[in-house]
Amino acid sequence: MTAEVRFQAIHHRFGTFTALHRVDLTIAPGEFIVLLGPSGCGKTTLLSILGGFVTPTQGKVLINGKDMTHVPPRGRPTTTMFQDYALFPHMSLRDNVAFGLRMRGVAKTPRRDRAQEMLDMVGLGDKAERRPHELSGGQRQRVALARALAVSPDVLLLDEPLGALDLKLRRQMQDELKAIQRRVGTTFVHVTHDQEEAMAVADRIVVMNQGRIEHCGTPEEVYLHPASLFSAGFMGEMNRIPVTAKGMGADSPLGALPLPVASGGGVLCLRPENIGFAGELALGPARLVDTGFFGTHHRCHFAPLSAPDLRLVAHLPQGAVLEPGREVQLYASNPVILPHEAAA
Amino acid sequence: MRILSWAYLVLLFLFILLPVGALVVFSFQDGRLPVPPFKGFTLEWYAKVIADRDLMAALWNSFLVAFGSSALALVLGFLAASGLARVALPGSVLLRGLLIAPMTVSYLIIALGLLQVFNAVGVRPSLLSTGIGHVVINLPLCFSIIYAAMGEHQRNALRAARDLGAREWQVLALISAPMLAPALAAAFFLSVTFSWDEFIIAFLLTRFDVTLPVEIWSMLRSGLSPATNAIGSLVFLVSVAVVVTLEFTLFRKSRS
Repeated sequence: MTAEVRFQAIHHRFGTFTALHRVDLTIAPGEFIVLLGPSGCGKTTLLSILGGFVTPTQGKVLINGKDMTHVPPRGRPTTTMFQDYALFPHMSLRDNVAFGLRMRGVAKTPRRDRAQEMLDMVGLGDKAERRPHELSGGQRQRVALARALAVSPDVLLLDEPLGALDLKLRRQMQDELKAIQRRVGTTFVHVTHDQEEAMAVADRIVVMNQGRIEHCGTPEEVYLHPASLFSAGFMGEMNRIPVTAKGMGADSPLGALPLPVASGGGVLCLRPENIGFAGELALGPARLVDTGFFGTHHRCHFAPLSAPDLRLVAHLPQGAVLEPGREVQLYASNPVILPHEAAA
Repeated sequence: MRILSWAYLVLLFLFILLPVGALVVFSFQDGRLPVPPFKGFTLEWYAKVIADRDLMAALWNSFLVAFGSSALALVLGFLAASGLARVALPGSVLLRGLLIAPMTVSYLIIALGLLQVFNAVGVRPSLLSTGIGHVVINLPLCFSIIYAAMGEHQRNALRAARDLGAREWQVLALISAPMLAPALAAAFFLSVTFSWDEFIIAFLLTRFDVTLPVEIWSMLRSGLSPATNAIGSLVFLVSVAVVVTLEFTLFRKSRS
């Protein structure tokens, strides 16, 4: 079961604070979408509006073309996997997973079979009689997923579900979530503030900031071609070099660069891994200030000779042999020029 | 220092338990008065008390009033706490204060108020009116114990239940009440205890059928007797049994 979700001009205020500014978003059936942003950006509010826990001040929510704006949670084809799992402590795992079916009036035997099937899917089939407190964090996580999926929802909402897990387990659960989503085909709407998690699971990432959508696209688009300085910075580390238009090219502290710039000027954004000893864009000579080994790469700070106060961060490959003080020619690839942030 | 602290402990317990101890000891007094010296051991007073029809009727009345009023106070307190925990009304602080307010009013004042109200609406003094009085004093207790036990964890589980399709009564009966079981039991048995030995309201609001404290009081009017000690000891035994059972079942569980 799967469905299309459509937010139409959703506007929401908590008292005097505006959490969402006329947000429009369409989510395709079967899509794994991630709402990404810092805390307070409105992503959780948007999820709560979709789940029916919050009624928006203005705007409409459509699921499969039907207006659901004022329908309570139990009337919606959505279920939620909560941040703290919200399992029922007094019930066995089987009863937890079967709860939604019980509320839908499914008879005991079929609902137990279905619960067992879902527990098998998440690898906890042998623990059906246990209580939630006997499980580890990762296992509770899986039970919460099984419980939410047992009623075959059209849309599954995931509210920072992996936040409480350690890094290794989080990676593993990301892979599992993605695999399970492929298998059941349900539309997944996942909220997180972790951009690596977003890229690991999403078909499409919606970057949010201060109640607005900054950028919406595939992980590659959002990471490599960010639409705004905010989304560029939020998706990962970025070197920012102010540039102004000059003739056909750009003027920067590094000297003239062969890049088209709008008349208002802008910011040249370069990812650290896109700066090195080869590339399409020559950045001129620079002196290595210091370096650190990070396992997957060397993290280096360079001071361009033409602008000694500027620092460029570059990630150089493991094999690179470098000593501080050396002067090298730097090049960059994948340059992106973005307009200055609007004075907000 | 060790000796001092032990001595302090012993003194403390003596202070708390000496009156009850004396009551129990002199209930076995082989004589007409429950005062020293102790003249010998007899179970005669217990036999007399158990054979006393009025006393046994009062015991049964107390039992009815205690359990009936506590059950009602528990249900009302649970519903009030659930409602106030779920929605933030503009005046919810005031509402909570209003619900707890009767706790701060003396039982005598509450009894006088109830007496006048019952007179005005034509309800005769009876076990029923006493029971209503006990609901008035125990509802704030039940409400505050249950409300305090509702945490963020609870709220999220209730949200999850609604999300999975539960109706409000199902949320309350299948999720909220079982999760709050220790608090519900504590509130219920505390209410039973308070109702069980409440005197002033029962005294003013009963007439022909009386509760045990009122019956004991009328026995005392004809002077001290080891028989009153015996009935007191029996009541004490019941209370201790309830507390010990609770301690070993519910409260132990909720701690783990």
